[in-house]
Amino acid sequence: MSLTATAKAGPRSPADSGPGPDDGRAATLRRTWRKASPYAYIAPFFTLFLAFGLFPLLYTAFVSLYRVELQTSGEMEWRGIANYTALFTDEYFWISLRNTFTIGVLSTVPQLAMALGLAHLLNYKLRGRTFIRTAILLPYATSVAAATLVFAQLFGRDFGLINYVIGLVGFDPVDWQTGTVASQIAVSTIVIWRWTGYNALIYLAGMQSIPHELYEAAEMDGASRWSQFIHVTLPGLRPTIIFTVIISTIGATQLFGEPLLFEGSISGGISHQYQTLGLYMYEQGWGFFHLGRAAAIAWVMFVLIVVLVGANALVARRRARKEAGR
Amino acid sequence: MTALAAPPTAPETGRPPQDPPGRRLGKGGAGRTMKGGWLSYVILGFALLISAFPFYWTIVAASRSNADMAKVPPSLLPGPNLIKNFEQVLEEANIGKALLNSLIVSSSITIGTVLCCTLAGFAFAKLKFRGRGALLTLTIGTMMIPPQLGVIPLFMLIAELQWVNQLQAVILPGLVSAFGVFFMRQYLVQSLPDELIEAARVDGASTARIFWSIVIPIARPGMAVLGMLTFMTAWNDFFWPIIALSSQEPTVQVALRQLGGGYVNDQSVIMAGTLLGTLPVLLVFGLLGRQIVGGIMQGAVKG
Repeated sequence: MSLTATAKAGPRSPADSGPGPDDGRAATLRRTWRKASPYAYIAPFFTLFLAFGLFPLLYTAFVSLYRVELQTSGEMEWRGIANYTALFTDEYFWISLRNTFTIGVLSTVPQLAMALGLAHLLNYKLRGRTFIRTAILLPYATSVAAATLVFAQLFGRDFGLINYVIGLVGFDPVDWQTGTVASQIAVSTIVIWRWTGYNALIYLAGMQSIPHELYEAAEMDGASRWSQFIHVTLPGLRPTIIFTVIISTIGATQLFGEPLLFEGSISGGISHQYQTLGLYMYEQGWGFFHLGRAAAIAWVMFVLIVVLVGANALVARRRARKEAGR
Repeated sequence: MTALAAPPTAPETGRPPQDPPGRRLGKGGAGRTMKGGWLSYVILGFALLISAFPFYWTIVAASRSNADMAKVPPSLLPGPNLIKNFEQVLEEANIGKALLNSLIVSSSITIGTVLCCTLAGFAFAKLKFRGRGALLTLTIGTMMIPPQLGVIPLFMLIAELQWVNQLQAVILPGLVSAFGVFFMRQYLVQSLPDELIEAARVDGASTARIFWSIVIPIARPGMAVLGMLTFMTAWNDFFWPIIALSSQEPTVQVALRQLGGGYVNDQSVIMAGTLLGTLPVLLVFGLLGRQIVGGIMQGAVKG
């Protein structure tokens, strides 16, 4: 009953027409089943994947060319690229695009830098290693909604703990809601809090797969710990760093829950000062009932992600080539 | 964790045959040969403090009253109002039903996902069929695309099926996990030897038989890791549930969104709801945290 031997013989091969009709049919059936049965194993996943994964994704592009309203989502009226032109002339689209970018940088850069530092420390021989690792991952287990509600409280203008501490140190309290920079820092803080530990563990896993002969060799050359970190750890971590940068970029592009729940408003603050593209899409679709417009925004986000990930990959490859040439 | 095999002795260095004890622990790990100094402990301690403080603060705020929350200086210790706030939030925000719904949704998604992904992962890892490479590429290719981008047609579909505000609207799309298929495939490629399958085939076992009696037992640790990660993701999922469900049939995240949306003005009650919604995940994390940490690091090395 070897699968590989029969794999090439199709059901119509001359061998089938050999013996009696009944026998032949049974053999053909069995062979057909053997070829078909792998599909039975992937069928449950792919049925769901097609219906709820791939189809919606592709159909988004189609919907973005129509007028579709939330209450009558069965009726579609052709609009061509009007959804897109409306988008590009909307001031709030550009504001949310800018916010997505600035919040993305504000949250991703410190997050990954701190994660790298923490991973370096976690890689030492430590007491209570398992405990530290688990505790550092705790924020990751918290939901966006829960984390944001707590931080919204902590960032309160009048009675928030953070402003209280700032006051203790002797500075004026910060209005974390209305200021553009302040509110974006606050929103980024939530992202940083939730994801730094997770990224630290990813980096730690990467560090542990760097062979320690490399460190021994560096030590023999008289390299300090710092220069070992720069010349052995960082290059060894390159694939991991690229991975985390890409994942964080994608996450930052679709940031949604934090700005939504920071004050509970779908416009991302009184003057849209921290509205992200994800929130803007939600506002258009479920605030103003324009599903077609929302689909256009989704498609813009998709293109943005493809471009950003592509740029990441390109830069990474360039740098790798440059280093190899040295 | 794919720890490196015993490192070969470097030819020139003349390293002593016995590793120093510290090195024994670190399987090929780099810095683990070095002990962390006091500064490492201080910095890590500070990081842990920041990790944990919001949880502590939730407890403090949830056990006080709204008036306490507006006091200067703020009270930093838990107060006596925890039960009262719990009662109030259960009444006002439908948290009881939300917890039950979240449990139903997350468990269904976990069981279904693990099953679908193990089946598909096995086929991709060990069975030969036409289109295998293309289908796998398709699956992995969409892994990076956020499902959030397909949410509008998905909503139209759900509306067409009249599933809005029903739990299956969240459960069925939640079963699609390209990552899960990839994860189970990698796991089985590494841990299920081809010889085992061939031997079973020689004995006349059908593929179904092989799946139940050989693949499942071997895949179990991988399934457990995928299950934990899936449960956490499903419990915390936010975007799609707030679109597909409402406050009449909420999951925990939908209820929290409601709480944060201005219906309730009492800060302590909001924090009590947050605490109730987070406790189950914290419980799971407390019990299985080690395995979750292992799973994430494993996934990182394999991915």
